[in-house]
Amino acid sequence: MINNTIAGVSTAVGNSGISVIRMSGPSAFSIADRLFKGRKTVKNQNTHTVQYGKIINPETGEMIDEVLLIKMEAPRTYTREDVVEISCHGGYTIARTLLNQLYGLGARPAEPGEFTKRAFLNGRIDLSQAEAVMDIIQARTERVSKVAVKQLEGSVSKKIDDIREKLIALLSGIEVNLDYPEYDAEEVTLSEAKKETIKIIADLDELIKSFRFGKLLREGMEVVIIGRPNVGKSSLMNRLTRKNRSIVTDIPGTTRDVIEEYVNIKGIPVKLVDTAGVRETEDQLEQLGVERSIRALESADFALILTDASQPLLAEDEEVITRAAGEKKSFVLIFNKLDLLKDEEKIDRLKKEYPDALFLSVKEDVGIEGLEEKIFDFAVQNNQDIDNQVLITNTRHEHQLKTARELLGSAVLSIQNGLTLDMVAMDIKAALEELGKITGHHADEDVVHAIFSRFCIGK
Amino acid sequence: MDEFIGGEYDVIVVGAGHAGCEAALASARLGLKTAVFCLNLDSIANLPCNPNIGGTAKGQLVREIDALGGQMGLAADATFIQSKILNRGKGPAVYSLRAQIDRRAYHSHMKWTLENQENLDVKQAEVTEILLENKKVRGVKVHTEAVYLCKAVILTTGTYLKGRIVIGKTSFSSGPDGLLPANHLSENLKELGIELVRFKTGTPARVNRRSIDFSKMVEQPGDDEITPFSFMTDEIKENQVSCYLVHTNKETHRIIEENLHRSPLYDGEIVGVGPRYCPSIEVKIVAFKDKESHQVFVEPMGLDTQEMYLQGMSTSMPMDVQIKMIQSLPGLENASIMRPAYAIEYDCINPTQLKLSLEFKELDGLFFAGQINGSSGYEEAAAQGIIAGINAAMKIKNREPLILDRSQAYIGVLIDDLVTKGTNEPYRMMTSRAEYRLWLRQDNADIRLTQLGRDIGLVGDERYGRFIKKKQQIEEEHIRLKNTILPPGEEIKSFLERHHSAKIVSGIRLYDLLKRPEIDYAHLKEIGQDAGLSREVAEQVAINIKYEGYLERQMAQIRQFKRMEKRRLPQDMNYSNIHGLSLEARQKLSSQKPESLGQASRISGVSPADISVLLVYLETQKRRS
Repeated sequence: MINNTIAGVSTAVGNSGISVIRMSGPSAFSIADRLFKGRKTVKNQNTHTVQYGKIINPETGEMIDEVLLIKMEAPRTYTREDVVEISCHGGYTIARTLLNQLYGLGARPAEPGEFTKRAFLNGRIDLSQAEAVMDIIQARTERVSKVAVKQLEGSVSKKIDDIREKLIALLSGIEVNLDYPEYDAEEVTLSEAKKETIKIIADLDELIKSFRFGKLLREGMEVVIIGRPNVGKSSLMNRLTRKNRSIVTDIPGTTRDVIEEYVNIKGIPVKLVDTAGVRETEDQLEQLGVERSIRALESADFALILTDASQPLLAEDEEVITRAAGEKKSFVLIFNKLDLLKDEEKIDRLKKEYPDALFLSVKEDVGIEGLEEKIFDFAVQNNQDIDNQVLITNTRHEHQLKTARELLGSAVLSIQNGLTLDMVAMDIKAALEELGKITGHHADEDVVHAIFSRFCIGK
Repeated sequence: MDEFIGGEYDVIVVGAGHAGCEAALASARLGLKTAVFCLNLDSIANLPCNPNIGGTAKGQLVREIDALGGQMGLAADATFIQSKILNRGKGPAVYSLRAQIDRRAYHSHMKWTLENQENLDVKQAEVTEILLENKKVRGVKVHTEAVYLCKAVILTTGTYLKGRIVIGKTSFSSGPDGLLPANHLSENLKELGIELVRFKTGTPARVNRRSIDFSKMVEQPGDDEITPFSFMTDEIKENQVSCYLVHTNKETHRIIEENLHRSPLYDGEIVGVGPRYCPSIEVKIVAFKDKESHQVFVEPMGLDTQEMYLQGMSTSMPMDVQIKMIQSLPGLENASIMRPAYAIEYDCINPTQLKLSLEFKELDGLFFAGQINGSSGYEEAAAQGIIAGINAAMKIKNREPLILDRSQAYIGVLIDDLVTKGTNEPYRMMTSRAEYRLWLRQDNADIRLTQLGRDIGLVGDERYGRFIKKKQQIEEEHIRLKNTILPPGEEIKSFLERHHSAKIVSGIRLYDLLKRPEIDYAHLKEIGQDAGLSREVAEQVAINIKYEGYLERQMAQIRQFKRMEKRRLPQDMNYSNIHGLSLEARQKLSSQKPESLGQASRISGVSPADISVLLVYLETQKRRS
């Protein structure tokens, strides 16, 4: 009865060392074979064994990750279907890339609770647990839809809405002519449809490019480094970026007077902002004004207030701290240059005075780990959407955007090949439906409504 | 007092409009003793609004009715006076046939067909009561107190139930076209626990052809080559009339705007809900202020009448405003109005009370079809009529009802939309409502439905024989096209050049040649490769090849859809006990009692998670039993 193959991530992604991607269904082995290069093909691998290998992007030949692959033949599996589990390295980026590859090769994003549902439908779970299964499905779906709504808040949601509006306008313009050919509603010609579709494709491409994970994961948690000149801001920034592979390079909006870098700290994408930037280096005498620090702090999720442990705190340092605390901003006070401070007693005194502060030496690589932990803890505490559901809904949305894009591409190709408006409309409508899956709208109702509200038709 | 039993039947059809006629004929043709009651036999199969049949989506419905063995297509072919294919060039999925009909001839044809139908009695009477016994239909009572016993009743009352016509400040109890309304049955239906709603529709004025100056209008002739509605029609008449096009102007709009306060639509007189796709001219002008003019089509009502129908000028304005409005149009300066435009309000039922078979859920043997179900249009009515007629017969014969799903027919889309989603305005069929439009074409209605009609018993030998022959020819032609390889040579080279098609270096199959957008099936003749097949067969073959990729995709979608439709939901399911269903889903499912998982998924408020929960629940039930 079930004839499609589903894939999802089955471990917590945010802070674990590895992620396990699970795929279940009749094509699980053949899909895995298109990506996985090990000593044996998955097809020839013995059931219930583990194999080491590499995940290779079949199009580019590029290696995505080194993994362990477990093959389990039906029916001795959780779902009683053919199952492949891939243990890859932790963090969102790899899990997401791998899932996207699987979806591109024909697996479908697993619905909430779907592995359990299949396990039940295939007789793996006994009747006494049926209610629990139904609960899981309902509860996970609610959770996911909450997360989905939360993530769609803001700019991405608006962009999807804009694209849907354009598609509805285009489609209702086509449909009104198909359903009311005798009326003088403005005719959408094939060449106009093509032009408009190409425009919408460009919008979608841009969205897909910028489409990342939920707000935090999409844009990165913004962490700003503030402090007076020469307390080691740039060195700290360099230290953090050198250690943590930069994961995002194509996010627009980088301004020139602050230095921004995207780093992956324990699986959390972080946008690091060094407020020092160009201006400070041009004029060493210019003091970093308190106001400017506060402004930088305002837009950030988290601030690293950096001071020099070898020098006493200045009045302006105190003021920044007081203001930050007063505005309930999240920050950590950092005493850098611990290496210059030979006096243990002084260190103890400072630690007593500032029990929440961190002490480190960028130069000697002391305390960096603790700082990263602090950033991660903050991210996890303050962003409940860091869990599997975020990744799952995001990869699903991404998949849907890409499918919509492909369908529109097919519409353009059909117009080029001289196919008729009815076929073209089929692609455009299917694309609209894909976007509707993200926003929870029904294409049919929207198009019919648009026909009557936009055009004056009828006897 | 003892009841006077006027007669005893298997099936009684109440109303002889387009739904009633198809219902009565289907039931009688399936061998059941049937009676059809009509308020006035001179209004059988009346066309009280536009004098045409077909159009986008509606033409598809007519072809489907025909493919199942219905009458509408045959009657239209016999009485059309002008015919057109709409959407030529926009693709096979949306080609739609539309014909101007001689209104009186259509009526006579249908009345004659009913009168001559074996097993069918035609009776003039107003049905005032449905008689029940233990929630099961036992018969009907008419205004003369006579009782007719039966096993099933099909209500096809159109716009007659408590009909009220409104023209400006004037309003009166009436059916359409000045016919008698049915004022008694509504109360009885309410007593039976049936939820009624009030809808509104309207029609424009009719003017005398002799008072029109056609030189100021644009003539709209019919097609040169005429395509019949019915798969049974070979010989067909020529076009006999033209339609004409004019436009409203600033003066028309000024007259309407100045008199808006006198429109019953805007002064609160009319409460019924009107259709968005059939707006009166005052609604168009209010809703589309920027549009400087609107089209008005002038259409003949028949060959032996001077009445002309003004499509686009539907209104409920008072008479004096109507006259001014019409006379402001070019060519209509001296128009003599024969019948005024009017709005009509009527009772219909909330169709979500029905099963997909069109039987009322709570009352055994009571079926509903046509405008009483909240639809609008002759074709929509007839489509429901034939299904209700078939299913009343199937019920009495103890057979499974005929339920067409959304992937089989526009009829299926129509009934599923009405029954599953309900409607808050008179429902018109549109091609954009059909998810599987590429498959639900007018050209293949027989391929989709004639075998089903045969299985039911409504398709006779002649129709079935034609169908089998056509199918066979299509298959053979497919094989021929796949097996015939043209070698590269001078003839094919110049053929390809002539059609601006890429040249070939090795042989090409005819099948692959036809895949090229610039090569039509008709072109094969030029290279001596046509098989001399009929237009219908050639069309099927050509469409199947040209659109193969899209059709395959559509078929995959249909297979996916069917999986959900096949999972039946027991009618006695207690949804309030199902763990894990959302509250809203429990309420909706309990009241609507969907017949399949697929239907449940289309009820608003039932989420995909609820469907998963139902799937798991069904599995537990299966394992327990």
